[in-house]
Amino acid sequence: MSTATMGAGPLRSAPAKDMAKARALGRRRRLVDSLVRWACIAATLVGLFFLASIMLTLVWRGMAALDLTIFTTEFRPTRFGDDTLPKGGLLHAILGSLVQVAIATAIGTPVGLLVGTYLAEYARNSAMGNAVRFVSDVLLSAPSILIGLFIYQLVVLPMGGFSGIAGALALAIIVIPVVVRTTEDMLQLIPNTLREAVIALGAPKWKMITLVCYKAALSGIVTGILLAVARIAGETAPLLLTSFGNNIASLDLSKAMASLPISIYQQANSGFPDLIEIAWTGALLVTLGVLAINICARLLLRRKI
Amino acid sequence: MQQTVAAGAAGLPVSGQRRKPGSLGDRIFEALCTGAGILVLLTLGGIIVTLFIGGLPAFERYGVQFLWSDAWNPVEDHREEYGALIAVFGTVVSSILAIIFAVPVAFGIAFFLTELAPDWLKRPVGIAIELLAAVPSIIYGMWGLFVLVPFVQMHIQLAFGEQLAAIPLIGFIFESNNFAGTSLFSASLVLAIMILPFIAATMRDVFEQVPPVYKESAYGVGATRWEVVRGVVIPYTRISVVGGIMLGLGRALGETMAVTFVIGNANRMPESVFDASTTIASVIAMEFPESLAGSLKQSALFALGFLLFVISFVVLATSRWLLRSRLK
Repeated sequence: MSTATMGAGPLRSAPAKDMAKARALGRRRRLVDSLVRWACIAATLVGLFFLASIMLTLVWRGMAALDLTIFTTEFRPTRFGDDTLPKGGLLHAILGSLVQVAIATAIGTPVGLLVGTYLAEYARNSAMGNAVRFVSDVLLSAPSILIGLFIYQLVVLPMGGFSGIAGALALAIIVIPVVVRTTEDMLQLIPNTLREAVIALGAPKWKMITLVCYKAALSGIVTGILLAVARIAGETAPLLLTSFGNNIASLDLSKAMASLPISIYQQANSGFPDLIEIAWTGALLVTLGVLAINICARLLLRRKI
Repeated sequence: MQQTVAAGAAGLPVSGQRRKPGSLGDRIFEALCTGAGILVLLTLGGIIVTLFIGGLPAFERYGVQFLWSDAWNPVEDHREEYGALIAVFGTVVSSILAIIFAVPVAFGIAFFLTELAPDWLKRPVGIAIELLAAVPSIIYGMWGLFVLVPFVQMHIQLAFGEQLAAIPLIGFIFESNNFAGTSLFSASLVLAIMILPFIAATMRDVFEQVPPVYKESAYGVGATRWEVVRGVVIPYTRISVVGGIMLGLGRALGETMAVTFVIGNANRMPESVFDASTTIASVIAMEFPESLAGSLKQSALFALGFLLFVISFVVLATSRWLLRSRLK
């Protein structure tokens, strides 16, 4: 990296023989530098401003309808401003979200864990391993609505209707690549001497992985699972095509099932102020939950490494 | 290492008589892991195949014409007609605008986090930016609809619309009769905010991988921080930075809920950035739940999904290929 390729014009025309010119050049370089620095600080403030704006809007508008009835009642139609009618809640949505997220995590985590193990312990540099790693990375960023379309063809059509289990399966597909990435990364960090020590004791490889490697990578793996939960808790698009949403609290996995994001979507677009208020409360709950899980995941990882 | 573990685990060097400990367990566990890996491959394959099969009736009916037809008429039974052009155009334009908005800001954040911020500030600011990535897209949609859209409507479109439209040559892209605020422009802004943390985080990670000795030698000859970034950091990380931008583009292309809230969902060709438009993902989200199973409309939506998959697959694969050397 020679100074000639620095690209900055002033440097190339440097050592100026005229002192006045040199000083002017120095002033200009310092000016450009400080302008760019202030612009970067401004950019960071812009990013933080958006986060603050979103959080403040959520708290401001979400607190309005936040009370116990949100957690104890199901959907009720709009009251048209008549406060004597009972106020609706989000019980159906919270229950549905918990059920679907729990099932999706229960299905997606073991698969993701095994794939991560495969990549880190069995196929580090093989062609097959590279293919799986590539596909998993593509799935990680693939449009989630397409996963909804996939499950629609695979589960909803054969079952003859939207169902909670279809929603859970769609979310499980989103869980897998998140868990794969963190599991593989964490297993790769384990020093090989540890593996050699276990093998030298005569332990078979599967015991080495399950009893020693998993234990050493535990906090990283749990972080991955938490991040996956945080990711699917707010997913809306795939659920729109799989579990569809429901206005009553139901635990029947073979029927359409409510979920917080879908309820938010439907009530926010309903046009009735009281329902929009409830949608904001739901949005506040989802965001607080997701951010709390995210922060937990980060704290967990920092303590270990 | 791979060799020693494999040989040790299979118990090869051990004398022939001894029962190989756990060799059955090893075979089962390896089969499970391999099976899970194959399952991931099958999932991606399954997505491609089901989308294609679902879209087949539409592809058969319209052929290649589907790609550049701007028709979208699901209402009239006998004259219903579908084309991909409007949705593909909206998807690509909104994503590219989002990239144009997001990249300078993301670069500023990455520069701030790697070169400018004092150590005690790096971590909290970094986490705050990453939390921006964790906010669910539906929240961006609501915030966009109730906060950003009115702002765009009042303070950008009404305040500067006429001045913008008067700019020679490019003025026409700001000229619009749609004052609802839900527009291509609002969608691009929301998308830009959503992909900002992804691009910023990738840029920060690759900036940090520049060997300090390169930067120090530039500082040593008297370069300012900006000159170091421009002359050393960016040339060194150029390819990965483009990879990070492609990653953001891939995200923006497939974003559904946030866009659905703010783009206006109009199935006609936008003539200005302030016109309502639609994207592939939002047309699927809006129209799929109300389409009949097996109908031509549903097939057209599957066909659109297939196109979206192809577009985002190409972008994401390119991104990964560009990032492969740095993000190991």
